[in-house]
Amino acid sequence: MQLSGRFGPFGGCFVSELLIPALEEMESAWLAAREDSAFKAELDDLLARWAGRPTPLYRAPALSDTIGCEVYLKREDLLHGGAHKTNNTIGQALLAKRMGRTQLIAETGAGQHGVATAMAGALLGLNVRVFMGAKDVARQQPNVRRMQLFGAEVIPVESGSRSLKDAINETLRYWTETVATSFYVFGTVAGPHPYPSIVKDFQRVIGEEIRADLQAELGRLPTAVMACVGGGSNAMGAFAEFVPHPEVRLIGVEPAGHGLETGQHGATLIAGRPGCVHGSISYLLQDDVGQVLEAHSISAGLDYPGVGPEHAWLKEQGRAQYVSATDNEALDALSWLCRNEGILPALESSHAVAAAMKTAGQWQAEDVLVINLSGRGDKDLAHAISAMDARGGVA
Amino acid sequence: MSDVYPQRPDSTPTNPLTQCIRACNDRGDGALMPFIVIGDPDLQATHAVVDALVAGGADILEFGFPFSDPPADGPVIQAADVRALNNGTTPVDCLAFIAEVRARHDHPIALLLYYNLVLQHGQERFFRDAADAGVDAVLVADVPLEESGPLRAAAASVADRLISNVLIASELSTDARLDQVAEVAGGYLYAVSRVGITGEQQDVAAGLQSQLDRFRRRVPLPVLVGFGISSPDHVSAAMAAGADGVISGSAIVRRIAQFGVGPSRDIDKMSAAVTSFTADMKAATRGTWRKARSATSSHL
Repeated sequence: MQLSGRFGPFGGCFVSELLIPALEEMESAWLAAREDSAFKAELDDLLARWAGRPTPLYRAPALSDTIGCEVYLKREDLLHGGAHKTNNTIGQALLAKRMGRTQLIAETGAGQHGVATAMAGALLGLNVRVFMGAKDVARQQPNVRRMQLFGAEVIPVESGSRSLKDAINETLRYWTETVATSFYVFGTVAGPHPYPSIVKDFQRVIGEEIRADLQAELGRLPTAVMACVGGGSNAMGAFAEFVPHPEVRLIGVEPAGHGLETGQHGATLIAGRPGCVHGSISYLLQDDVGQVLEAHSISAGLDYPGVGPEHAWLKEQGRAQYVSATDNEALDALSWLCRNEGILPALESSHAVAAAMKTAGQWQAEDVLVINLSGRGDKDLAHAISAMDARGGVA
Repeated sequence: MSDVYPQRPDSTPTNPLTQCIRACNDRGDGALMPFIVIGDPDLQATHAVVDALVAGGADILEFGFPFSDPPADGPVIQAADVRALNNGTTPVDCLAFIAEVRARHDHPIALLLYYNLVLQHGQERFFRDAADAGVDAVLVADVPLEESGPLRAAAASVADRLISNVLIASELSTDARLDQVAEVAGGYLYAVSRVGITGEQQDVAAGLQSQLDRFRRRVPLPVLVGFGISSPDHVSAAMAAGADGVISGSAIVRRIAQFGVGPSRDIDKMSAAVTSFTADMKAATRGTWRKARSATSSHL
């Protein structure tokens, strides 16, 4: 490897020796692609004409009134595919093509990353095989069908807890056997080096656009940027541009599930401790001896017991702050945003909205708070409505 | 002095595991290192499995500690991990288990486990406890060469006899990479082959031979071939290709699952199946060591 892939004590490349040649090749292809203006031009063109970038930065009047400052929503929900995931899958798929690979493989939890990978594969003429926990296959049928429509093969993973972490294990396993022909499109800023850096690179466009739009509209930087954190890719994408500006507060929102005190949550940075899984050292939900625990969140995209290593480092340095929102708070925020802003946010993004609403009254009127609305909620409709019905109707 | 085991200043020819492989080779045999997961299907039954492996002629015992997320293992081993975790097997239980095995058997003991279990135990404490329990060598499946420094330092500070630097090589390992591996690796080289996966015996054996020749030229350690070695034919193919021994895991674990789990559980049947399979595998190593080239080379 040319780089260590470390973020302070976190990160690294903790995989079987068998995957090292592929990761080394990927690292050098990525480093070369970053310097290649033709690669960047092709990526930018696809992001603009095919995926719909730039996405709007929208001043949300009702949220601004409620929270008591200038609140802007970064509308990644309007990106093709319905979430920020497309930024990353297009980038990695182009990288795969550059490396001469013929097959994309991916893990998926809620199915969003799988769908985004399937779309990118269809666009670029690459076969796609998506590994998905059997539990998630059952509860995310529309996304399974969507992936299949785009021509992807969806493989239910029956091992372990049959959820996202097991899908990652299975994809790593399959990759080990097919490393010469397949490219593992990793969905978040976690995993072994170089993934945390590659995914951040492809997602940082979110923060760059926020900065440019605010500069044009208000001539200033935001006071704070908030984003939900599962693995942490939309948050890292929104944060990266502002990390070198200490006056911009960075706030990540983790899923508190049924409540932090219940143990049924996915708040890895708040309630976990450092460990090593899925290729890097980071915070981890684990038991006393180091067995990885299952996470819980109403939002499948945040239902992950690990988190990207750079978030662990931002937390450790005090550069970013991590708070949480429960399942119920996220549901409330989802319906509030529907009624008051006419926007149906993804359950993932609803956590960021919920945490922002909890800060009402703590801001100066002229403060500028940007919430990354990472995805739209159409995919969550059935799940959200049945959860609302279960607790006695819409809030 | 032959080119088979080029010497180097820091090599550890005296450790029991390497010695055992060489002793097998001196007899003209390959070393057989079966792999099982401690606590599968439960700790007491694992003792029965160990005795069955020894009765069948295992030369070295390789143990896995059950882990929740083992991406370097296939579904058969992961299912064994799940069984062991479900009955509450912890790393401390595993260390105590090994101490009990050590009290009953002289066989060298190797571990294959995942880094988080070492980290959470405390790296130095882990190696001290492992050495005390009687472990001879440790391979951490998700720690490649570039991340192995802290692990090796922790091991060196507490247990100079224990080999903490078993490394893996495959057909994808470049010569430059093998040279780096040779700098730090100890004990044996874990060579990953596709022997058991593809089934095209002749072709595979030919490919494997040039692969093992390349490893041997660059890494001064005995080479054990593993990954999908699940029948005596696979053993023969690996030995014919120039292996110094073989590692077999899933095929044994499958037999444990077949007879040691569920309503028809029968520990005696399980032991008999494991012993008979181990004996067949061991038989396939006999008299096969570097047969093709014994006329032209011998080691040390």
